[in-house]
Amino acid sequence: MYKYVVKRLLLLIPTLFGAAVLVFLLLRAVPGDVCQLRLGGGGEFIDPRALATCQEELGLNDPLSIQLVDFLVNFFTFNFGESMWTGRPVAYEIGLRFELSLQIAIMATFASIVIALPLGTISAIKQNTWIDYLVRTISIAGLAIPSFWLGIIIILGLLISTQHYLGTPWMPPIDYRPLWEDPGYNLSMLIWPALATGYRYSAVATRMTRSTLLEVLREDYVRTARAKGLLEKMIINRHALRNAMLPVVTIIGIEFAFLMGGLVVTEQVFNLNGIGKLFVESVGNQDYVMTQSLVMLVVTIFVLVNLVVDILYAVLDPRIRYS
Amino acid sequence: MALLEIDELKTQFFTSAGTVLAVDGISYTVEEGETVAVVGESGCGKSVSALSILRLVADPPGKIVGGRIGFMGRNLLELSDSEIRDVRGRHIGMIFQEPMTSLNPVLSIGTQLTETVIHHLGYSEERAASRSLELMEMVGISDPPRRLNQYPHHLSGGMRQRVMIAMALACEPKLIIADEPTTALDVTIQAQILELMKNLTRELGVAMIIITHNLGVVARYADRVNVMYAGKIIEEGSAEDVYHRPRHPYTLALLNSVPRVDQQRSAKLDPVEGQPPDLTRLDGSCSFRPRCRYAQEQCAQSFPELESVGEGHRAACFRSQEIAAGLEQVA
Repeated sequence: MYKYVVKRLLLLIPTLFGAAVLVFLLLRAVPGDVCQLRLGGGGEFIDPRALATCQEELGLNDPLSIQLVDFLVNFFTFNFGESMWTGRPVAYEIGLRFELSLQIAIMATFASIVIALPLGTISAIKQNTWIDYLVRTISIAGLAIPSFWLGIIIILGLLISTQHYLGTPWMPPIDYRPLWEDPGYNLSMLIWPALATGYRYSAVATRMTRSTLLEVLREDYVRTARAKGLLEKMIINRHALRNAMLPVVTIIGIEFAFLMGGLVVTEQVFNLNGIGKLFVESVGNQDYVMTQSLVMLVVTIFVLVNLVVDILYAVLDPRIRYS
Repeated sequence: MALLEIDELKTQFFTSAGTVLAVDGISYTVEEGETVAVVGESGCGKSVSALSILRLVADPPGKIVGGRIGFMGRNLLELSDSEIRDVRGRHIGMIFQEPMTSLNPVLSIGTQLTETVIHHLGYSEERAASRSLELMEMVGISDPPRRLNQYPHHLSGGMRQRVMIAMALACEPKLIIADEPTTALDVTIQAQILELMKNLTRELGVAMIIITHNLGVVARYADRVNVMYAGKIIEEGSAEDVYHRPRHPYTLALLNSVPRVDQQRSAKLDPVEGQPPDLTRLDGSCSFRPRCRYAQEQCAQSFPELESVGEGHRAACFRSQEIAAGLEQVA
């Protein structure tokens, strides 16, 4: 097991290498560069000399091969460089936002599990009853409702209901404070976006739980458990759910990894300064250095989450053993 | 009073293709300590009849629509869900066909063995574990302490079926229902498992219903035999009678289709021609008629009742007397 984990972690290196080359080339394929945007982003005249100086400074005039090697060497020596747009170190910019994004991703994933497992289970047990239809409607709605709309509705709902019940409207705070400095303040800010995204991402997991559980409930060993006279509760919890969990764990893992960099709209609506927003801004600014680092970060997270998912497989299913 | 009395049991499946009359009014009894076989080809309703006893038929699409199953003075079909749960595994144990899929792959053998006694008899973990060791010893599993922590995929098919038997016997039930317990096993293992089941039921005084399509099993291990065809019992009697003095053309055909050691190797097998009928379209006639060599006019009119053809021996055929006479002539 230990060997396997080490092997998987070593595999991270070629994966990162491939991702690095790919994102490097793709970024360069987009016309224009950060200097043109910075100097002439508003549509004004660009001084060719200033442009040349800027490009020279940022190394944009070097041959592609040199730029690529520079990037790779710097990256693998953990020298991530400075943002081409703000000039601040990439590590600093990401560090500023990483905590918040990680916290939301964890909270949203937690919310999604807490919603999906019970709903999916009850929907499978009560298949084709009104409960099942209700749950399926809730989860379809989760998929269909755009997250920006849900976010706005949550904020409006908070404003209106606090106005109504407390007399003064209350809105989640908009300046971030870390969890350990001011937990109440932090949670009162982040719980809403976590719920909004958690609900959305619970939809797929709910449906997955329902369908795999339905499949498992038809298995022979569930019939054996029934023939033993066990309570339905024990049959579901002990015999069925564990077998049904593998695909659900996969889905939740992928969702978690996605949440780390993909919460662009939700961050916008709730006014959060997260990784997603930084990602979109740096792509828009053609900030090669920042974009590349962010892609590498997301790739690393994906690989690590996949590793965790694979380890969970082995925990859940004794037939799966790695060596 | 018999241990188990099945009376006019009817189980049907409601499907889009129509209502399947899987079990169509069967009656039989099982005395204490007795081994009763239910034989028949695939799809004749024998497994469904076994599952119906513990009300394990998947609903939907299946439903027990009529009859009575008397067990220890109660009608199993009228028990509440929690009452039937107390019978399952506690008073009636069940062994299934596929040992490969009938054990839960993610739970250890120990967990699966102990949960029945913990649930039904309120044993503590330790006591349940020692009971499990005892059971594994009893069913001939080597090195029980080690096996307890293993998972089903560590065990061979025969071993798994032994675990299934141990599970079924865990609460010292009065009756074991074995649904094709050896079908999925190698021939050599089959004999071992059957021998084990026979010995254990005899030792412990447990009655057993054994569902099988294997007439060899019937001959060796059963006291009495019910032959099923298209959802009905068409012949019943002692193993001796059914095997040596069949009175129904189907039983006769089944026996003739089995290779026998006491016959010449060159003798051709005589299969039962044709297909079993579609259980959604049964009319009132004898369902074996299309495949029957003895079919006559009368067989298309009505389904023959089970009638006595000897002591404790009944068959549902209009011409059972002639068959008897014919067999005697050959002999």
